[in-house]
Amino acid sequence: MSARDAWHRFRKNRLALVGGAFVAALVLAALFAPWISPHDPAEQFDDGLTAQGLPVPSTLPESTRFLLGTDELGRDLLSRILWGARVSLTVGVLANAIAIAIGVAVGSVAGYVAGRTGQVLMRVTDVVMSFPTLLLAVALVAILRPSLWVIIFVIGAVYWTWIARVIYGETRRLREMDYVEAARSAGARTGRIIVRHILPHLLPTIIVWGSLGIATNVMLEASLSYLGIGVQPPTPSWGVIIREGQNFYRTAPWLIVYPGLAIMLTVLAFNLLGDGLRDALDPRQRR
Amino acid sequence: MLGRMRRAFGYLAFAGVLSVVLAACGGTSLGPAGESPSGSEAPSGQAPAAKKVFTIAYKDDLATLDPAVGYDWTNWPAEKMVFDGLLDYDDTTNLVPQLAESLPEVSPDATVYTFHLRHGVKFQNGRELTADDVAYSITRVLDPATKSPGAGFYMGIQGAQDFVAGKADHVSGIEVLDPYTIRFTLSSPDVTFGNKMALNFAFVVPKEEVEKYGADFGHHPVGTGPFTFVSWTPGQELVFKKNPDYFKPGVPKLDEVHIQVGVEPEVALLRLEKGEIDMMGDPIPTADLARVLSDPAWQDRITKAPQVSTIYIAINTRVKPFTDVRVRQALNMAIDKDRVIKLLGGQGTVANQILPPLMPGYDPDYQGYPYDPAKAKQLLAEAGYPDGFETTMDCLDVDPQPKICQSFQQDLAQIGIKLDIKTLESGTLIADAGTEGKVPLVWSGGLAWIQDYPDPDDFYSPILGCGSAVPGGWNWAWYCNQDLEAKEQKAIGMTDREARLQAYREIFRALMDDAVWVPVYNGEYIIAHGANVVGKPTDFAHPEHTIRYEQLDLK
Amino acid sequence: MTRYLVRRALSSLTVLFGISVVTFAMIYFLPVDPARMYAGPHASVETVARIRHQMGLDLPLWDQYGRYVARALQGDFGYSYDLQMPVTEAVLSRFPYTLELIFAAIFVELVLGLPLGVAAAVWKNSWIDGLATVLALLGVSSPPFWLGLLFLYFFAFQLGLFPLGGVGGLSHLVLPALTAGLGGVGWYARMTRSSLVEALGADFVRTARAKGLSEWTVVLKHAVKNALNPIVTMAGQDIPWFVGGVVVVEMVYAWPGVGRLAVEAILADDVPLIMGTVTLTALLVVASSIVIDIAQAWIDPRIRLEA
Repeated sequence: MSARDAWHRFRKNRLALVGGAFVAALVLAALFAPWISPHDPAEQFDDGLTAQGLPVPSTLPESTRFLLGTDELGRDLLSRILWGARVSLTVGVLANAIAIAIGVAVGSVAGYVAGRTGQVLMRVTDVVMSFPTLLLAVALVAILRPSLWVIIFVIGAVYWTWIARVIYGETRRLREMDYVEAARSAGARTGRIIVRHILPHLLPTIIVWGSLGIATNVMLEASLSYLGIGVQPPTPSWGVIIREGQNFYRTAPWLIVYPGLAIMLTVLAFNLLGDGLRDALDPRQRR
Repeated sequence: MLGRMRRAFGYLAFAGVLSVVLAACGGTSLGPAGESPSGSEAPSGQAPAAKKVFTIAYKDDLATLDPAVGYDWTNWPAEKMVFDGLLDYDDTTNLVPQLAESLPEVSPDATVYTFHLRHGVKFQNGRELTADDVAYSITRVLDPATKSPGAGFYMGIQGAQDFVAGKADHVSGIEVLDPYTIRFTLSSPDVTFGNKMALNFAFVVPKEEVEKYGADFGHHPVGTGPFTFVSWTPGQELVFKKNPDYFKPGVPKLDEVHIQVGVEPEVALLRLEKGEIDMMGDPIPTADLARVLSDPAWQDRITKAPQVSTIYIAINTRVKPFTDVRVRQALNMAIDKDRVIKLLGGQGTVANQILPPLMPGYDPDYQGYPYDPAKAKQLLAEAGYPDGFETTMDCLDVDPQPKICQSFQQDLAQIGIKLDIKTLESGTLIADAGTEGKVPLVWSGGLAWIQDYPDPDDFYSPILGCGSAVPGGWNWAWYCNQDLEAKEQKAIGMTDREARLQAYREIFRALMDDAVWVPVYNGEYIIAHGANVVGKPTDFAHPEHTIRYEQLDLK
Repeated sequence: MTRYLVRRALSSLTVLFGISVVTFAMIYFLPVDPARMYAGPHASVETVARIRHQMGLDLPLWDQYGRYVARALQGDFGYSYDLQMPVTEAVLSRFPYTLELIFAAIFVELVLGLPLGVAAAVWKNSWIDGLATVLALLGVSSPPFWLGLLFLYFFAFQLGLFPLGGVGGLSHLVLPALTAGLGGVGWYARMTRSSLVEALGADFVRTARAKGLSEWTVVLKHAVKNALNPIVTMAGQDIPWFVGGVVVVEMVYAWPGVGRLAVEAILADDVPLIMGTVTLTALLVVASSIVIDIAQAWIDPRIRLEA
């Protein structure tokens, strides 16, 4: 299967293309947030609050300077959502990188070596998996005190098990392949076989999980932040915006609706992209 | 026993969906005698047999009902239901006898207080209350093992210091003269001692019940009060029922009081609008305040009352760089207080000094610090911080406090201070702020210093005096000035009211010069309740007790 | 079967051992002094030292671990500072609510997901098939706390159909269960569809058709029955997933479950309570996975042989 075949198949999948395009747009928005945001996301504008001290809706004619309205402190919601994309993507991508690194290492070694080492590794995976994911994350963040890096680390540390499981299964299958047998009988060392002969064949799986995992991690970050145990104010994270805005759901429902849509669309896009990649890279699993 | 009942429901739930439904209903049968549906099912106004069930909702669960320990605005009124003190307040702030037969006999120099007790008052376990119980209760508050945050109020009793230090096994200044007479001798004059005997810490507890439950007494309170404690389902509800043997005729008027906890304020407001509850325990969310206040349909469901309180930022004078008075003064000039009032939906007035306007001793001539970020920045530079610094502020996790703290964050950013906000639940915040050197800045919003008694000393000794700058104390500025301490010692014994108030004015002006707080605003109670709730404004929001459940009634 | 059970129990034991090590390590390396928290802020340094000794905090690491396990085996997970009650009691009193919500959510998934999946398989590539796909994608992409807030806004606040959170009768359960379950409806539908499509092409179904049975009889009696096993597996895996997943739902709806307890414990820095909820829920997950495995082995003998 060549990369060109995969691309060809991917291109025909309209949903995956839409997902990919949204992801690309999101990455651009996050990268250029400082330049494309209409305002400083942290600035509390005096005209960002009504005379009664309430958020300004986007529908008022005099509020054209706040396209999506303002939040409970008179900050520009659009700017906060754009900057929030940075937080979501940073956490999503970096946490996933950690998860993939651990998951691939554990899964491939356990799958290839089997025997006692493999058993121990998979048992460790079982142990971590038996903790409810979000609760474990919540407890770890509480212990380490919330900060952006702690959240990235913690999400990576709870999420790798899922990847390890998948990689483990894949490796078990690859292990029985003829070329691996051949390398083994030619006297190649275990580490070398894993790196040279197993890992390259795991690449499609890793790419697929690279996308699906980001979707999950974006959701985890939003949930943690919504619970107040994630990114801390005033850093604009979508979960934080909803947490802070939920008191105003009657007077300013836009504070919940827009950041929620941002989370949903982002997760959806990464899921569509991941599904498309899976179909393109691994025709066996096509539905 | 409660725990065991709940566990039994747990086993039911394992059995499957049908019994899950049973378990859900089971939750309500934990209430008194299991017969009445909880307040959320049947609005109390339409309860069968005209049983008057009053339901109030709070966001946070209560920590304890032990009057020696629980000391915030959610615990206090609940403790007041179960317990009584020797003295109480009338509709305003005049002291009236409660468990005492009459106001105490006070020696001319205000050092000896003699109380005569009412005869025939019974604890809810049936035993008659005597002077020994009063002595036991006050001694218990002083006992370090009780960990009472109110011990400081009673350190002025003769022999209290020795008792606390373990040098004596009883407090020599507390004497039981006969079963109905008790005498307190103070080591120095204190005209506010009567007020201190009306505080929740001085509520009378029965020794045998305290010993029976030990540390768990706060979950099984027994007192002489108008209501009897029935049940506590953690995270959900506390239930109290009328004490039929209450010694005061005519009260309470309600049959049951249900305190729901774990209810977000905005949800509580909606439940109130739908008639599911009778009163909101928390303030009306600022998001809804403007709408509610301007809606004619709400006119008879809102009660306003002044709050004798100052809401402030406590500056920890023992944490760098706040050890430097110039830094503290800079903070005072950097905070945009008008903006805070706006964020509050216009409720409250800007404060420029420690005492609230309704407190005797308030200084109308004092101007306070102006809002002047440029001057503030200059002061910081003089103190050696031209580029500012990083620091943290503790904030309560109840709306609108986190919002207000973010407003401070922007204010301080303008003078180069990077503020890190920690939003905490009240118990943690109080514990943190009462730990020496732990928290640089504390925003008192939601926990504001509401007067304990109508005397300016209440804003000094318990929150700014040396005696309260101790672990677990309420002196969150950790300020202790021996010079002022001496002045206060003199003032507290002055029997000439004008001279006394003048002395306090000087003390509070010195405190402002030392900039130990940033006084931000003076509060106002705006209580939302059902239209069928009958009560005077001071029953919903009494200056001392906040809620007086025993006075409330339902139409 | 007995041999399978023994092996299964042994592997769970190692997992339990792992859980105890992880939770002990988390408590041990926590920057909070349990003795100080227990003693309260007023206690003197000497009191704290005495409590440290009483709690065995001055013992060697492995000794402390041994005590921790010994206490845990007796069901003792310490005392909650914040609630002033034993952790086990606090957590167990909240478990029923969480389980109630989880079962109700799985009920929602099954009741909505299965018929949708059957319909999608029978009318392959029709609008209903598309609907199942869209629902699956939207369901898994919508943050549950956001869905919960929107439901509260529309169904409880605007339309007044349901209570605004809290527990009570069945009416209190509907919105939380929908919120927690809706994300899975689409997945159940897709899973049902794919195993049904497979089953509908299988020999025995073709035989049944050849016998002249009506299409619906074929679908319901033969194909669905055969497609059920993966569904049971999925429902089983849902329990552990939900134990963590319902935390946000419990928060939105003020549902007094374990998740809410854990979050409150964290906000109150109540270490024994945090670790107690995490440990006890992990034990619940292990227990439920044993039950599921045994149920599956019982349904499908091939699993036993593989093990």
